[in-house]
Amino acid sequence: MSFPQPKPEVPQLPQNLLRTIDCQQGAVRAVRFNADGNYLLSCGSDKSLKLWSVSRGTLLKTYSGHGYEVLDADGGTSYQTQSQGWLTLEIPFISTDSYDNSQLCSCSSDKTVILWDVATGQVTRKLRGHAGKVNCVQFNEEATVILSGSIDGTVRCWDTRSRKFDPIQILDEAQDGVSSLKVSEHELLTGSVDGRVRRYDLRMGQLHVDFINSPITCVCFSADGQCTLTSSLDSTVRLLDKSTGEMLGEYTGHKMKGYKLDCCLSSKDTHVLSCSEDGHVYCWDLVEGSLMLKLPVGKAVVQSLSFHPSETRLLTAMEGRVQVWGAEPEETEEEVVVVQQEKA
Amino acid sequence: MASDSDSDGDFVTFGTPLEPLEEDEPLRKPVPLYEQTVKDEKGRYQRFHGAFTGGFSAGYFNTVGTKEGWTPATFVSSRQQKAGRQNARPEDFMDEEDLGDHGIAPRQITTTADFASGRKDVIRDKARAITSLSAPIPGDTVLEDLVAPARSSMGVELLRKMGWKDGQGVGPRVKRRLCKQRADSATRAFGSASPPNGSSESQDEEDGEFVPENVTFAPKDVTPIDFTPKVDLHGLGYRGLNPLAALRGGPGAGHINLFTMDSDRTNSLFGEDRKGQRRRGGVAGQGFGVGAMEDDDEDIYHRDIMSNYDTVLGGEEPGNGLYGWTAPQQYNRKKKDHSKDAAYLGKILEGFTLASDKLETKTIFPPPNLPRDFRPVHYFRPVVDLSSVSPMVAQALQTSRGHMAQEEPSKGGRHQLDSAQRRELLGEATLQGPSSVFDLLKVEDRERLSSLRRPSSDTSSGPRQPTPGEARAAVVAAGVAAAAARASAQKALSSRFAPHAEQQQQEALSVWSGPTAQAQTGQTFKPFERTPHKQARYDLYIDQLKQGDRDALELSLDPTMTEWERGRERDEFVRAALLYKPSSSSLSCRFTRGKQDDGVEADTVEVTRDQENDVDDKQAAVKMKMFGKLTRDTFEWHPDNLLCKRFNIPDPYPGSGFVGMPKVKRDKFSVFNFLTVSESPTASASPAPQGVKPSEPGKRSRWDVSGQAGDKERKEKDPVSEFLSVARIEASGSGPEASTTDGPTTDPTVEPDTEQKEEEEEEESRPSMDLFKAIFASSSDEKSSSSSEGESEEEEEKEEGVRSKAGTGPQISNQLNVNTTQPAPPVSTTPSQHPDILFKTPSGPAAAPPPRDQEMEEEEFGPRLPPPSSTLTAERRPSPTPSAKDDKHKKKCKEKHKAKKHGKHKKDKKVRPGKTT
Repeated sequence: MSFPQPKPEVPQLPQNLLRTIDCQQGAVRAVRFNADGNYLLSCGSDKSLKLWSVSRGTLLKTYSGHGYEVLDADGGTSYQTQSQGWLTLEIPFISTDSYDNSQLCSCSSDKTVILWDVATGQVTRKLRGHAGKVNCVQFNEEATVILSGSIDGTVRCWDTRSRKFDPIQILDEAQDGVSSLKVSEHELLTGSVDGRVRRYDLRMGQLHVDFINSPITCVCFSADGQCTLTSSLDSTVRLLDKSTGEMLGEYTGHKMKGYKLDCCLSSKDTHVLSCSEDGHVYCWDLVEGSLMLKLPVGKAVVQSLSFHPSETRLLTAMEGRVQVWGAEPEETEEEVVVVQQEKA
Repeated sequence: MASDSDSDGDFVTFGTPLEPLEEDEPLRKPVPLYEQTVKDEKGRYQRFHGAFTGGFSAGYFNTVGTKEGWTPATFVSSRQQKAGRQNARPEDFMDEEDLGDHGIAPRQITTTADFASGRKDVIRDKARAITSLSAPIPGDTVLEDLVAPARSSMGVELLRKMGWKDGQGVGPRVKRRLCKQRADSATRAFGSASPPNGSSESQDEEDGEFVPENVTFAPKDVTPIDFTPKVDLHGLGYRGLNPLAALRGGPGAGHINLFTMDSDRTNSLFGEDRKGQRRRGGVAGQGFGVGAMEDDDEDIYHRDIMSNYDTVLGGEEPGNGLYGWTAPQQYNRKKKDHSKDAAYLGKILEGFTLASDKLETKTIFPPPNLPRDFRPVHYFRPVVDLSSVSPMVAQALQTSRGHMAQEEPSKGGRHQLDSAQRRELLGEATLQGPSSVFDLLKVEDRERLSSLRRPSSDTSSGPRQPTPGEARAAVVAAGVAAAAARASAQKALSSRFAPHAEQQQQEALSVWSGPTAQAQTGQTFKPFERTPHKQARYDLYIDQLKQGDRDALELSLDPTMTEWERGRERDEFVRAALLYKPSSSSLSCRFTRGKQDDGVEADTVEVTRDQENDVDDKQAAVKMKMFGKLTRDTFEWHPDNLLCKRFNIPDPYPGSGFVGMPKVKRDKFSVFNFLTVSESPTASASPAPQGVKPSEPGKRSRWDVSGQAGDKERKEKDPVSEFLSVARIEASGSGPEASTTDGPTTDPTVEPDTEQKEEEEEEESRPSMDLFKAIFASSSDEKSSSSSEGESEEEEEKEEGVRSKAGTGPQISNQLNVNTTQPAPPVSTTPSQHPDILFKTPSGPAAAPPPRDQEMEEEEFGPRLPPPSSTLTAERRPSPTPSAKDDKHKKKCKEKHKAKKHGKHKKDKKVRPGKTT
């Protein structure tokens, strides 16, 4: 019928340090790419949220308005695929109005969620209602809803379109704090400290609860929308089949015992990456589960990481620094030297 | 038990088991008819139409269109692209449902005409036949048959190329004899299919006379067996109405036989006229007039002849061969000779042969005769509500019940005997060792107990050898021995009940046998009201407790229940008895009982309807890495309508009145909320109580206060101390701690009446200073206390757990006193299991939802955030520090779990260096 596909080239791993950004905002609690991967957001423990250019490493904007350390931020999810049953449609980067990078949301230990105007740096909306610090925040696909998960065990759905300050809905099914949260086209994935991963399927009106038996630190959807990735405090990352809950892969070797660290999948779903408390980022082959790369980031705990939505590029956050990793070294030698000096 | 589990493997279970009935589950209402909905495969709702229009509606209000209406195709024609003529096929007007498996035009994978076999397509033939009937020139299919395309299927082409000719069989050429034999065998094998080649065989025989040696012949063609699958739902052999026969009329058409045995349906369909029937155009028959062109009058009026009908029940002799296979007598008679098989063929169904062997008749064994006095009714022992009658009557009833209990074992089977009774029957020797739990107690304790006991219980005290005359005493003794045996067995099995339960039983006994309890006649609370039998047993138990009967528990249990059920009920009764201790007369006289109960409605709380499965199972599944069905729960969940709108998703439950998980009402204060708390294995594994105070129930309930007051009342008899105690209760808002040093059954007379002593005790069991610091100290004191926290951390943890449960103020210290003496309160079991999480999920399904405010109090729990900057610490220390640092952090974190101020302060400390960097 058609020619066979050319053999896919070996995926490259982000093993070369491209840039180190010293964020000057205390500990960086989370680092995130924006929707198209050109910018990055760093959440600082000094109550500020900063926007950086990834390619140049320059500070573009500082957003201050939180009352305590910023724990998570989202600039719109880079929604790549949508799955419709067995059929998977690849739609590269739907650029709708909500994806114009005009809005950011962030959450903080001060129990609030803030919706920011990107250009002016002003607080568009400050959403109060959580009873504890807010661990995670996420826009939905069209940035019409902000979903925030808090230590009070609830996920609140805030409407960005209406003037009401009450959440649309409060999901209080979790029996302990919600540590991580992801949104897909019609699904909401939450990981809770009670050791359960909950997937709210809005289309079907169902709630699927997967029991992991260890406090969940981070959950992710795979890019094809068929799997979920779950990291928990038993130092294990698990790849679960979304529809049945069966375990497809288990990735161990890293250390995740007490801290809330991130994990993610590479942009092509080829690798699983996780932070570790021993200062490395571990990268496993998704299918084989073998450790492909143990990326030495530093001596302290790698707290957060974010994978570029389309390219082989990785952000890691350790203490006050954000590091950008790429497949090929494209950077001048000087900065690397500077980094090494810093390390020493 | 073991045999049960063995035999389990032999059974095969079909279907899905019903959900086990919960005891206090409200009856589920069936979904009423008007709320039942039908959805198609896409989840869209389907509306029912009337029965005549055919069930469900289709499309948009039964049209093919959509909500927007019917949009015509746009006509586009340009110079480059001329618009072709569009031939609309029926498929163009069908949607995928119509083309689906259950639609009107299901799609199948079929062989193309090139590769199809030469078999006639029955349906197409029929269609052609029908169209030929209605065609202007009737029977014009003849023309079509004449000009049939000269195209043969691929198989035939291939065969021809290999040298095959029409009319020959397929296979290697054979010599004469062989060929004949094979033909014979072929006829035998396909018995039913080969009658018509008799003529050819005779020809063969003629040819056999001159057979050249070296000439081979092609094998005979074999008529293929018709493996037409049966696709309709008609009975075997049913032909359906022949349209020709029905419409053509004719003399024989008055009575249509649906079971004609024509083997080839298409033949009759195509009108191979029977003799005497002429092919005529148009429609004719009864009810249709004779046309002007017709030359003769047919009978246009229906004349039904009686000979068309059977006049004899059971059928007459099938002489004319028109009768089908329903003539059984003939069958049996002619079955003997196989040669008649072929002759019989017309009446046998296609694809069937006559059986050669007679079918064996099944021998049916009659059911056994029941004994004459057998009654298929189960006999339930009548239960006597003893709560409302006086103790005297109760005792009389009790003795009578004892007689009943004596009769029962003889009546019941061996399953109703316990081990002691069986031992007596078998004549085995008594087991060595302590026969009663009381033998395990110290001598003075025993004396104290016996001094407490009332003379009525004398009969049931010592294990005596039964004599045939003393039947009742034997039973009682057997009961005691059984209790002892059970206790020892349970000890051997696990320490689940043994010391603990005994202790509790003693406690319950001492509580209820007190004089104040005697004074109370009416039962204050009926914890098992839902199940009257159980409540009756409980009442009996309480009554016997009041009489000081030591074996009250064993006697009140239903011996017909299984050991497990009894064990559970035993546990429940003792706990309930401890929970609902009789309140003191001084207190109870101050309160009047409500005329009406609070009502079920007031005492209910909304609980999510779908509860999660057992967590233990899931933990086991996780350990075995069997994720999937075992670890997954799926619930109905209703998203908010607005949320769906924002997500651009249709509401999955349009019109549902609520949001989130479906809720049901449950009892707010179900006993089982309390009873199941210490069911967790950790609680049962707690060490034997050193202090004799029984364990508190897991949660403070509203009855606890009265219970403690009861304790108080029982101990302090004289009016002065009573007054003092009441005053103290009022002042502190809670009963004082129970006696921490005395035995469970403290003698009322021994109890000193001084307040001072109790205060001294309070002083003694005061918690360590660290606790108070943790609670009351300002944050500046924190560092000094944290340095010394190492050793007392364990203890502190427990206390903190209690503290979070209790309120504030002086109650705390009271509670602490109680709980510090008690080594393992159920509350403190959770942190030991999960060091990282303070609040584990409630273990039992019936447990109350976790108190939310408690969680809010905790500032930090679950996974933490890494320290803001470990560069300072990390650079100061050599490399192996991370582990030590980590340990320290863990400690800190534990600390954070415990107290809010603690946590906040730590975090302040933590953040500050972050700021400076």
